[in-house]
Amino acid sequence: MQIFLEYSALGIAAGGVYALIALGFVVIFKASQTFNFAMGEMMMVSAYVYFMCVVLMGWNWMVGLAVTIAVSVLIALVMERLILRPMLGRPIISLVMVTFGAGIMMRGIASIIWGSDTDQMPSFLSRDPVMLGELFIPGKTARAFAVAVAVVVGLVLYFRYSRAGVALRATAADQTTSFAMGINVHRIFAMTWVIAAISGAISGILMASINSLSPSLGLVALNVLAVVILGGMDSIGGVLVAGLIVGWLEAVTGYLLGSEWRDITPYIAALLVLLTRPHGLFGTKPIERI
Amino acid sequence: MQITTSYIQDEALFRTRGQIVWAVLLGAVLVLFPIFGPGHWVYFCGLLAINIIATTGLNIITGYTGLLSLGHAAFMGVGAYTAALLAVHFNMPFYLTLPAAGALTALVGVAFGLPSLRIRGLYLVIATLAAQFILHFVFVEWDSLTKGDVGLVLEPARIFGITLNTERHMFFLVTPVAIVMLLFAHNLFRSRVGRAFVAIRERDLTAEVLGVHLVKYKLMSFAIGSFYAGVAGGLMAYFFRFVIPEQYGLLLSVFFLASVIVGGMGSTLGSILGALFMTILPEVLRLIVQLFGDTYGVDVTKVLVPLRETVFGLLIVLFLIFAPHGLVQIWERIRLAVATWPLKG
Repeated sequence: MQIFLEYSALGIAAGGVYALIALGFVVIFKASQTFNFAMGEMMMVSAYVYFMCVVLMGWNWMVGLAVTIAVSVLIALVMERLILRPMLGRPIISLVMVTFGAGIMMRGIASIIWGSDTDQMPSFLSRDPVMLGELFIPGKTARAFAVAVAVVVGLVLYFRYSRAGVALRATAADQTTSFAMGINVHRIFAMTWVIAAISGAISGILMASINSLSPSLGLVALNVLAVVILGGMDSIGGVLVAGLIVGWLEAVTGYLLGSEWRDITPYIAALLVLLTRPHGLFGTKPIERI
Repeated sequence: MQITTSYIQDEALFRTRGQIVWAVLLGAVLVLFPIFGPGHWVYFCGLLAINIIATTGLNIITGYTGLLSLGHAAFMGVGAYTAALLAVHFNMPFYLTLPAAGALTALVGVAFGLPSLRIRGLYLVIATLAAQFILHFVFVEWDSLTKGDVGLVLEPARIFGITLNTERHMFFLVTPVAIVMLLFAHNLFRSRVGRAFVAIRERDLTAEVLGVHLVKYKLMSFAIGSFYAGVAGGLMAYFFRFVIPEQYGLLLSVFFLASVIVGGMGSTLGSILGALFMTILPEVLRLIVQLFGDTYGVDVTKVLVPLRETVFGLLIVLFLIFAPHGLVQIWERIRLAVATWPLKG
């Protein structure tokens, strides 16, 4: 029981980072109804940029973090402008495929530049374990959870109260009307990409410091995409909860069935949810006017 | 250009006498080439025929019906394992294992597609992604059946006492299957079912209002596409004579997605052109890398896979933005420009 609880706590802690990644998906989905399949690769590239700044250049971690966020925002803006903007008005399936293609391309380029071997990331997170009563949680995971939660809370508050956040929600609700009300919808789209880039950069660095750094780091994001389905794609709260649930499920199945089961757990969970509650645990059933 | 006066003419498989002549010529080449052509080219064309089948399958799902599948490689894997297991354990001939491979793959496809196709939206993407990872997991972990990472080894296919163990023999097995399946796909879209697929792609709500049963036809499209993947996978098992999980990873799914997009979504010719382009591409990349690898001292094996990924991704992006109808569109433009020259631009 003690071990089970420890694994549970560990899983939920890991789920915090998933929630942060999922937030990046949902923001873009809300504005443009597209899955951003390049999300994982955005994380991976950010982690490598951070790695270069801190390890190869020997900069302070705060400088490294600032540079990383700046670079990933820049990449996201370039992607939005060069790849997504020309595709506006095309079928959504084409938009999805274009982000998928962009992601594959980024992974290839990253493996050419940095090699496909894994690197160890120096962590700015302390290794000291955190004791939660009797429960032992590895230090990095616990602190990564804290960072992820802080970023998620910050972003969610930003959506709720800032002017840009209200504009974003208006765009999500009705694009045409918000355009007519003077909201610059193109800018909102760009903004969602910036937010996705920030959450991607931070989650990428966290993921790389918990595990290790390799060009296939981005594959984690595909698992998280299953999480997004689990929570219901239009529900930010639902997705955050789903992130924690999947983190927990992964850890527990890893403990009960063996670690090779971990990676397919989110997919099985997502398929089961699709079978029973098609619009996610917390999503709303869309109503369409013909 | 041929001007038609009836719908029957309009829909005919061969619309002009020229096309019949070309078809006969092509048939003659397809018979003579494997007998007299150089061995490695025959090998290449056999592989191409398999890729054409798989690309056609994905084109039915993605190009014609507007559903996105990211698990095509895993479905091919199901076909490959089915064919290999039936051949190894029950000694069944290929003309039984191949249909069985297709049928089982279609069933697996339906199992994965059913939950997501009941609802509108992009859910099939996730379900097929799930299929890609879950099926790969099954291939690796179900050790007693699939021999895990070691994989299965097949005896060569046999018919009428002839052992099909060279690339020339394989060509005669693969090409007829490819031709039959291409003709079926082409005819499908001259039928009610095929038109229902296209209607779903264009606007699913409108299709539903017109009386197309959305769930039924989406499932049918996905099952047919998976059947193609299964047969292609089965052929691939006989072609390489081994089956390992690694062959059927996510990168192969990307390969076929790129084939469909590069060739032209919603076109039979597009599947052929796309498969041709994408089958040649890795060879060209290898040549380029080898050429530069010698002069700059680059490790060829290390660069080749990432380079392939990069180029696949780049092609998907560039074609979607600049030529959404693929090579077919470019080919049609050239053909039209030649046919109407010098009267039109």
